[in-house]
Amino acid sequence: MNCYIHAIFVIQENNPLILTLMKKYELEDSHKKTIKEICQSFGNKHGELINILHSTQGHFGYLPEAVQNEIALNLNMPLAKIYGVVSFYSFFTMTPKGKYPISVCLGTACFVRGAEKIVEALEEELKIKVGQVTEDGKFSLDCLRCIGACGLAPVIMIGDHVHGRLTPDMIKGILQQYE
Amino acid sequence: METVKITIDNKHLEVPKGTTILQAAKQAGIKIPTLCYMNLPHLSREHKPGSCRVCVVEIKGRKTLAPACVTKCAEGMEVLTHSLRAMNARRTVVELLISDHPKDCLTCPSSGCCELQNLAIIMGIREITSVENAAISTYRKDESPSLIRNMDKCVMCRSCETVCNEIQTVGALSAINRGFMAVVAPAFEQDLKDSPCTFCGQCIAVCPTGALTCVDSTPQVIRALADEKKFVVVQTAPAVRAALGEEFGYAPGTLVTGKMVAALRALGFDKVLDTDFAADLTIMEEGTELLNRISRHLQGDKDVRLPILTSCCPAWVNFFETNYPDMLDVPSTARSPQQMFGPIAKTYLAQKLGIKREDMVVVSIMPCVAKKYECQREEFFVDGNPDVDYSLTTRELARLIKYANIDFNSLEDENYDRFMGESTGAGVIFGVTGGVIEAATRTAYELFTGKELENVDFHELRGLEGIRQATIDFDGTPIHIGIAHTLGNARKLLDGIKSGMYNFHAIEIMACPGGCIGGAGQPLHRGDSSVLEARMKAIYQEDANKVIRKSHENPEIITLYEEFLGKPLSEKSHELLHTCYFCHPRK
Repeated sequence: MNCYIHAIFVIQENNPLILTLMKKYELEDSHKKTIKEICQSFGNKHGELINILHSTQGHFGYLPEAVQNEIALNLNMPLAKIYGVVSFYSFFTMTPKGKYPISVCLGTACFVRGAEKIVEALEEELKIKVGQVTEDGKFSLDCLRCIGACGLAPVIMIGDHVHGRLTPDMIKGILQQYE
Repeated sequence: METVKITIDNKHLEVPKGTTILQAAKQAGIKIPTLCYMNLPHLSREHKPGSCRVCVVEIKGRKTLAPACVTKCAEGMEVLTHSLRAMNARRTVVELLISDHPKDCLTCPSSGCCELQNLAIIMGIREITSVENAAISTYRKDESPSLIRNMDKCVMCRSCETVCNEIQTVGALSAINRGFMAVVAPAFEQDLKDSPCTFCGQCIAVCPTGALTCVDSTPQVIRALADEKKFVVVQTAPAVRAALGEEFGYAPGTLVTGKMVAALRALGFDKVLDTDFAADLTIMEEGTELLNRISRHLQGDKDVRLPILTSCCPAWVNFFETNYPDMLDVPSTARSPQQMFGPIAKTYLAQKLGIKREDMVVVSIMPCVAKKYECQREEFFVDGNPDVDYSLTTRELARLIKYANIDFNSLEDENYDRFMGESTGAGVIFGVTGGVIEAATRTAYELFTGKELENVDFHELRGLEGIRQATIDFDGTPIHIGIAHTLGNARKLLDGIKSGMYNFHAIEIMACPGGCIGGAGQPLHRGDSSVLEARMKAIYQEDANKVIRKSHENPEIITLYEEFLGKPLSEKSHELLHTCYFCHPRK
């Protein structure tokens, strides 16, 4: 499991995009069927909850309330317990990721070479905080620990692309490459 | 049985294999302090997350200190519970817990019954030097009609979570987030009132600190008592008289009915009346409903819904409304005694006394925190005026008595006022698990068979076992009865009925362990099951002391039907004494 270091998700209640997404996320029968199948593939076992959530997030991209509720119904488990697990592990997210998810490495090497300044530059440029998505849904910003590219420190990943040896002034130009 | 020999603080012990150091120490008369540990022997549940580290002890030959609650005794183990090292470590643990805990003990609702405060007192902690300017969480306060959740005071023992999920199977609370941001909350951090919470309050009964407390209604009652225009009537639930004394130093199980009545009168209530009277009324309505359903069933009516479920417990009502929305027509439509008392007081009694409804204030003294919510339910209002205005817990009443400078212990016994103060033994036993159905049986038997019941004591319905069943011979007709207390057991029973495992005519359910005697509004017993047993004994003693022990023989009940209601299940009864249930499906 990935080791994101930010601990708490900020549920962006004010973000209009998220609001519409959340409201729109009325589970269709096909979604319910998918969740049922995922739960069944793990034998509907309470002990498999993390795997079920992992698999479900893999399918939907995130775990909104309606999806968690559906899992609760399938496993016959308190919804609070499921939310407890979702909120505990930083891997799980209740907000959808942007079209281009940005991950900033805060591992030791990147950290000492100024990764925090990179985070600040990204936050300023995108006008969002870590854990949030831009209003247009294009970028989301997260932090993680070491991606194994310490030689390129400080590094960020945008989707599958790695950008290394960064300085804060390079951020604007890099973001412009993504349409 | 295999045993191991150990020494604790130089005392030699031989204990069964598998015993923890904490249990062994207790046997040896050594009380190791704990915080996150909770033992509920009457529910066969020991909660020991081993997370607070307050119970650490030194074991000779081991590098690290061990938490006594989860470390099992091993052969030859030498344990020191108060070595300098253990004491220092324990002190540090408590100091760290306090470092991010609000220090408003003076104004905290749990002051005086807080286990963290107790530890600080015992250890003589006078200042927190270890962490300066530590961040204290400022989580929003969540106030529901019954419970208040103040997570700044949570020590993450998670006892509430265990009770809510495992004992009650309500599933409203779970630990969420992590690290400093970790709190116990409903899903998506929604308010308790929007969660599946039933307001049973068992979480506040086990909370060691002030993180979970109940709403304080005493200021409103004090104001009402001071208002000369208001005629303030008080009703006392059966279980209160068997526990109130504990707050004044009496041994558990001491009946203080007479002193309680005297204290209420001294407080200034215009009429001191008894919920037991309303319990007798409940039996008339619910018992008749039960007989109707059984008679129709015996005549071959396929549409009749059996078993009939009792509906006296507001937490249980919330529970089935949330979890069994397909069974809303199964429970009896009879209101709880609290909610039967209100409308009769505000109609019949008010008319008799020549008082206007809006000038009468009905206060109830309850062993329960869910009652605070119940009296606020919309269906129990008439033109914006509630049938029951305020509900106080047993603990709140004790505080009010002390606040009003009444020396409870020196009070002479007094009797309830009339009308609505007369009750029978059947009304009294509502306070204990199995009591409602026993009371109903006493009346239903006589109405059904037309014969006099010789022995009113149905011992087969009594006890503290979680699920009980008995068959009562109604003069040749066997009536199958089921009883459950705690909502977890209620769920088991209901699921058993759905799957065809059980076949009952009538079922009694109480949300709290032991019934109302174990309610969350009672003096806290912290898992001491002997307290519950003593209160139960007291209730049955009060029943045995009564001259009249069958609800339908209560002279005031007979008068009420003659003068006002007509007969059970009459149109007037339906209007004033029955209710309907609403679907609150799980979110």
